[in-house]
Amino acid sequence: MSKSKVKEEKVENESTSSQVLREILTGSPVRTILSIFVGFAVGAVFMVVFNADVIKSFGYFFSRPGDAFGAMAKTIGDGYGALFRGAIFNTQADDFAIAIRPITETLRFAAPLILAGLGVGLGFRVGLFNIGAVGQMAFSLIGVTWVATQVQLPFVIHTIVAVVVAVLFAAAYGAIVGFLKARTGAHEVIVTIMLNYVALNLFSFFLRTPGLLLEKEGGGTPKADPALETAVLPNLFTDQYRLNWGLIIAIGATFFYWWLMERSTIGYRFRMVGFNANAARAAGIRVERTFVWAMAASAAFAGLAGANQGLTAVGGVTPSIHANIGFDAITVALLGGSRAGGIFAAGLLFGAFKAGGPAMQVVGVAPEILNVVQALIVMFIAAPPLIRALFRLPQPPKRKPISEWIASRLGKGGASIEQKASN
Amino acid sequence: MKLELRQVTKRFGTLVANDRIDLVVEPGEIHALLGENGAGKSTLMNVLYGLYQADEGKILLDGVEQNFKGPGDAMAAGIGMVHQHFMLIPVFTVAENVVLGNEPTKKLGVLDLEAARKKVRALSDRFGFDVDPDALVSDLPVGAQQRVEIIKSLIRDAKILVLDEPTAVLTPQETDELMQIMRDLAAAGTSIIFITHKLREVQAVSDKITVIRQGKVVGQAKPTSTAGELATMMVGREVDLKVNKSSAKQGGDLVLRVEDIHVEDDRKQLAVDGVSFNVRAGEVFAIAGVQGNGQTELAEALLGLRHVVKGRGAIALNDVYVDNQSVRQRLEAGIGYVPEDRKKDGLVGEFDIAENLMLNGSYGKPFAKGVAIDFASRDRIAKQLIKAFDVRTPSASTQAQKLSGGNQQKVVVARELSREVKLLIVSQPTRGVDVGSIEFIHERIVAERDEGKAVLLISTELDEVLALADRIAVMYRGKIVGIVDANVSRETLGKMMAGVAA
Repeated sequence: MSKSKVKEEKVENESTSSQVLREILTGSPVRTILSIFVGFAVGAVFMVVFNADVIKSFGYFFSRPGDAFGAMAKTIGDGYGALFRGAIFNTQADDFAIAIRPITETLRFAAPLILAGLGVGLGFRVGLFNIGAVGQMAFSLIGVTWVATQVQLPFVIHTIVAVVVAVLFAAAYGAIVGFLKARTGAHEVIVTIMLNYVALNLFSFFLRTPGLLLEKEGGGTPKADPALETAVLPNLFTDQYRLNWGLIIAIGATFFYWWLMERSTIGYRFRMVGFNANAARAAGIRVERTFVWAMAASAAFAGLAGANQGLTAVGGVTPSIHANIGFDAITVALLGGSRAGGIFAAGLLFGAFKAGGPAMQVVGVAPEILNVVQALIVMFIAAPPLIRALFRLPQPPKRKPISEWIASRLGKGGASIEQKASN
Repeated sequence: MKLELRQVTKRFGTLVANDRIDLVVEPGEIHALLGENGAGKSTLMNVLYGLYQADEGKILLDGVEQNFKGPGDAMAAGIGMVHQHFMLIPVFTVAENVVLGNEPTKKLGVLDLEAARKKVRALSDRFGFDVDPDALVSDLPVGAQQRVEIIKSLIRDAKILVLDEPTAVLTPQETDELMQIMRDLAAAGTSIIFITHKLREVQAVSDKITVIRQGKVVGQAKPTSTAGELATMMVGREVDLKVNKSSAKQGGDLVLRVEDIHVEDDRKQLAVDGVSFNVRAGEVFAIAGVQGNGQTELAEALLGLRHVVKGRGAIALNDVYVDNQSVRQRLEAGIGYVPEDRKKDGLVGEFDIAENLMLNGSYGKPFAKGVAIDFASRDRIAKQLIKAFDVRTPSASTQAQKLSGGNQQKVVVARELSREVKLLIVSQPTRGVDVGSIEFIHERIVAERDEGKAVLLISTELDEVLALADRIAVMYRGKIVGIVDANVSRETLGKMMAGVAA
């Protein structure tokens, strides 16, 4: 088979977006770690250039350059030091119990990120770009808030029912996307984005309307009653720490995700459809139906994140309870390579950012820097050639004709020789 | 013009696709470049044509060193290339296509199509191309389109013409015509480099043969060499080109019955237009034909990937109509399917071999226990099949896309033959497969037949059809031209492939 033929086949059979997605998801851990490193480094640059002391010291840079470098080092040290104290271990605390509080906060913030990240990651593995975790969470919050505030059930059972309702609501909402894709060929990105608006506005309509979810006695601002005592996800330790059972759900969900995607035939078929829908079809798999199930499963994880938010909200849920977790979940899934362990780790990292942000603000570093770092990490992961070039990771092509690049990419023509030679 | 390649080396990363290749093509010579798929023939020609830059080595034309930055330079220097897939614009006329990128103009840049027509006519008459300059390319048969490609090169004064697998899409008659054209061109002084892996053609037309294996020139041969000698050079070991098989058992059960089916292609055009045939247990029923005459759609309809147009025909498997059955139901009812394009339909490149071997077996034993994959059983089966089907791989957990074409195909064949099937549909089973693997796959197909399975072979390779089939149907433009016995002559089959009933 000639090279030109291989190229053509590839172009025909595979949309560019899914190829890019695959490229991103099959990145090596080394690249991920380097991306995180570069993200922090660029974040440090931002901190330095926006710091008043540094700018001032540059005014007399040539008479006392040491001042400038000192100020720069101090700024970076202060900033990331505060992040560490805010997110992991507070070295300035009076006693150990308070010192370890930051890490529990990180875990608390991480739980919903992990849950929603698993959902988005599942979609990626099936070749679906689920941008709708926000909407799926919002839709699940309608259900979970209603159960938590208006249904009387005994302790434990109440929580379980609320969580199950959240999952079912979200799954149904996700299944709509899969159904539309399977039936009409509508692209899931467009559909999920639009359904985000529908769900978010529906959720706030419920919260604003008396008789639905609006609190019984209150000022009329859109807000629900606090969840009943029996429904709340209990704290894991003493009330000194706000860390709750959401973390346990996240850990359990991570294990379940791993089993589902790596060990079960369902996940096997999901992945098959994600990699090569044509081959899946020829192997007797109903690809369209798989899209529906996969979207439902993807959304179900987002529903767990919704339950986590709804059942841990202090003083009742408000329209902003979703806290953009559904969007952060996309970056979590990308950073985690859509693998169970990767998503868990990525969720922890972004949870740490959320927990440490305020501490950075205290030392005069804008917490927005963390959003920048977060975005940069994902950008670097999504731009593998850049990271390869930065660190001179092996992978040949510098500037070659595109045809050659594609050919070498596909490892065709040549690869078979190598194979035969090795036999 | 005399072409010399000296010590041309081309690497892709760690892989050496061309390793210090020397090649001399004299003026007016037909020089065959023979090698298996992936031997590096196309890479070498792409270097010559300026698509790739050589890492080492020189290209000389009449003793002058050349430095091609792109195909434009190569064309200007007198090198023309006819790709396996034509680079023509279907809605343009022949004349328009031929001058595209090099248009003769009158004053003020007005296109001078009359000049183009004249040139086309002149070349067509001189070499007997029989091409009308005003015909739309889309209306021309494949063979004529190929001649348009050749005219395109000649009109740019190509002195060296590279033909990349030119016969892959031609009927035997068209192939003969092409060979005559090649001889005429050579007689007129044009050098021709003829890339192929078909031994018969090499013997028929070439003046000199260079054999390439694993990126290296392994030797020169004369056209008088036997097919066996050439194959041995190409593969690097003795090859048995003949498939040994006894004649088919008579009167096996009727396994597949196809009744007057009509099937549409992706563009909603009727691709299969009223096809009927039966396949019995214990026979190989072959469907021959030039590519693109409805074979693909037929195979997909049999598996259920494509629907038979409602009310227009039916398919019965073991006397049960399967028209309303899903792909999975048909697979479970006993169809084994080796698709024509293994990368698209037969394998998941990112999956490892073990995963690919359970592609259509994920619903139950032996690959699954409930909804959990039975890894122990899966890996055991993978090991057995890798051994039984001689898949050359470091391990069962090697990604399918890392295997050579032949080994990929063995994985597909292993999966389908190891299932409990009654009907085996094998489509282009040896396309892009090395000679050694072809031998093996052919033997396995015959072995399945001898075990009493019904085999439907769909192939565009006449040699393969003649080697394996017990009965042969020829498809042309969606219809079956005729069904003949396997002892039919090559010429008759060739005529049928062009639509002439036997």
